[in-house]
Amino acid sequence: MRGPTRAGRAACAIGAALMMAGCGGGGGFGGAGVLTSSWGDPQNPLEPADTNEVQGGKVLDMIFRGLKKYDPRTGRAVNMLAERISTPDSRTFTVTVKDGWRFSNGEPVTARSFVDAWNYGASLRNNQRNAYFFGYIDGYDKVHPGSGRQSADTLSGLRVTGPRTFTVRLDQKFAGFPDTLGYAAYAPLPRAFFTDHAGWLRKPIGNGPYQIASYSKGSAMTLKKWNGYPGPDPARNEGVTLLVYTDSNTAYTDVLAGNLDLVDDVPATQLKNVRTDLDGRYINTPAGILQTLAFPYYDPKWNTEGARKVRTGLSMAIDRAQITETIFRRTRTPATDWTSPVLGTAGGFQAGLCGHACDYDPAGARRLIREGGGIPGGRLKITYNADTGSHKQWVDAVCNSINNALGNDKACVGNPVGTFADFRNQIGQHRMSGPFRAGWQMDYPLIQNFLQPLYYTDASSNDGKWSNKRFDRLVDQANAETDRAASVRLFQEAEKVVRDNMAAIPLWYQNGSAGYTARLSHVALNPFSVPVYNEIKVG
Amino acid sequence: MGRYVARRLLQMVPVFIGATLLIFLMVNVMGDPIAGLCGERACDPATAAQLKREFGLDQPLWRQYVTYMGNVFTGNFGTAFNGQPVTELMAAAFPVTVRLTVVAILFEIVVGIALGVVTGLRRGHPVDTGVLLATLVVISVPTFVTGLLLQLLLGVSWGWIRPSVSPAAGFGELIVPGLVLASVSLAYVTRLTRTTIAENKRADYVRTATAKGLPRRRVITRHLLRNSLIPVVTFIGTDIGALMGGAIVTERIFNIHGVGYQLYQGILRQNTQTVVGFVTVLVLVFLLANLLVDLLYAVLDPRIRYA
Repeated sequence: MRGPTRAGRAACAIGAALMMAGCGGGGGFGGAGVLTSSWGDPQNPLEPADTNEVQGGKVLDMIFRGLKKYDPRTGRAVNMLAERISTPDSRTFTVTVKDGWRFSNGEPVTARSFVDAWNYGASLRNNQRNAYFFGYIDGYDKVHPGSGRQSADTLSGLRVTGPRTFTVRLDQKFAGFPDTLGYAAYAPLPRAFFTDHAGWLRKPIGNGPYQIASYSKGSAMTLKKWNGYPGPDPARNEGVTLLVYTDSNTAYTDVLAGNLDLVDDVPATQLKNVRTDLDGRYINTPAGILQTLAFPYYDPKWNTEGARKVRTGLSMAIDRAQITETIFRRTRTPATDWTSPVLGTAGGFQAGLCGHACDYDPAGARRLIREGGGIPGGRLKITYNADTGSHKQWVDAVCNSINNALGNDKACVGNPVGTFADFRNQIGQHRMSGPFRAGWQMDYPLIQNFLQPLYYTDASSNDGKWSNKRFDRLVDQANAETDRAASVRLFQEAEKVVRDNMAAIPLWYQNGSAGYTARLSHVALNPFSVPVYNEIKVG
Repeated sequence: MGRYVARRLLQMVPVFIGATLLIFLMVNVMGDPIAGLCGERACDPATAAQLKREFGLDQPLWRQYVTYMGNVFTGNFGTAFNGQPVTELMAAAFPVTVRLTVVAILFEIVVGIALGVVTGLRRGHPVDTGVLLATLVVISVPTFVTGLLLQLLLGVSWGWIRPSVSPAAGFGELIVPGLVLASVSLAYVTRLTRTTIAENKRADYVRTATAKGLPRRRVITRHLLRNSLIPVVTFIGTDIGALMGGAIVTERIFNIHGVGYQLYQGILRQNTQTVVGFVTVLVLVFLLANLLVDLLYAVLDPRIRYA
């Protein structure tokens, strides 16, 4: 066997020569005080009212500051640009903007910066995905009618009353409204956004601690610290370079090699060895994300009294503890209510609200499903999209758990849909015949956000078309209640209605995870699972 | 020759139209693009209807196709859902993928043919056996395994290369990904060259060339290799198209933002315009590469004439 060795040596020599060339080609992105972070290509243009996913949200979080900001640790809404938001009746709000704030191009932030931005976001003409956030404001039905042409350009409920003051009139009482104003959709916009829209999209201008230095769509964005930032939370590093990765595995490998500083989505396959790989530079903290199984209430089979028992039984047949332990390696925790731990108990999170219905109890499950007349249609098909996340693994595990509990290995099967787009399509066309994967990532840390958009009659994300008069009435009451604690209690009453009907089966609370290199310190994730970039120290 | 080329170019027209129509239909069967565009939260009906109108999705399918083709002939490939013109995406993606393909093809030509000649001339020799075994291993191991393994070894364990390719994606950075992309084809080229060389080695013209006293090197390069290259050239020619379109796996592993990346994202987000646009260009590349291969035959073997 002399030949192979010789050939092998030659191959190594060639390989080595090539690698040298390879080494010469690359170049660092970091630089002194600048960190690199993994990113995904934002799906929509980076307009604040058009961004409803995390990747675009990361950028908005760095370049914008709104009236309120959610504390990265507690999730509480604290005044940022708002000097004062006052209301006599929980319906008309008077907002005073702090003096001295500017956009990074020097333009002062005024009441008009907000009102113009909100009018833009609400208008049907601009196709903004987050338009419904302005749905509480008077006149929304004129600028964004359910069908047909819009009959007004601006919201009648918004009025500029001074250079730094404006009033907001809502179409119903909503005491929690000021606390929603930390959401990116409510960010102020400079005049340049309206006068040179294309130019703004190429290089967005905001009022946050960073400004965009360069943006090449689809591959990278460099943000540098804005030295003139007037806020209390300036950047503690010189800048952030966001690099687009198609595959989080590659980003993770790059962190291991020291080629990338921060990966904020540790792939499921690496969770097993992440602690040893990164030597403790790994964070795993609760995020405002709840995974559930939703049901098609437009299908009469699922909208019966018996089906209610079956749903509760199914919930009891799922061994959440085992699945979160073995599949998700504790990056998710079994859910015991319909909100998220990031709200805190004062904010409405109540561990154990689900009670026995969320405990693993095979005997109880069998009994309830039998009493309810068995699984509608004879067999449970859990629909999910197979292209992203590791949904197949957990759906199969949930089915296994149900099959074991019922002693019938054909009771439940997964029903994969090829692409996410098609999955959404089928949901939108009401073509579900059984439970389907539903995940909720909160927009703002309020209990209202975990209930109203999902279970209120005809709400924006009520995909299963669940409807319950008592629930709707309780939510209306809770929104009108000015006392925070009393309002939270009413929302929890509404949540109990969801529980008693098992409108959706809560599965688990999702954590955010991130890994980083030894160059960084003070790395944390906020409740939206976005890294708190401005607090990270480099070197 | 000129007439032959003209005829071939004309034949491309129906192939081109048929291929684009098929892709267009297939992408549309996947479902409503607006649902994918809106993401996890459904757009409200009014916004969805307006987006449909703006992208022309409320028209019947045949009219969408006619409009699309009309636009394509004026150089307008439509707009991706993130607001970028598809031509802009192409301008960013194709140069990267072309560079990657060039690296891969160079590997195939230089390493593949050289190994093929060496082994073909020494059939049964240990070198031959060794290379044959090596090619067998390369062919049987999937690309993503080779890619991930090289990435981990060279990028993380030994630190010789960066595990991922920077957005600039220069030739230097593309050497390892190019090798990974070329690996399987490279093994085929080696085996193909080896077989034809071994076959032609015993041909009369080789014996004649040796008999009239030509040096061995000249016999091999001018007579033996030139005659043996025809099947290899056919293979490499068709491989150009396959490498450009089929680099999805390699591009994903090394985070290269080329054609494979754009196609992958286009399919995931159900972005009809991106997918049809890129595949249309790939179809053109494939057709042209095939024409080029056919013309190369005449250069390699003067007995082949086109009229």
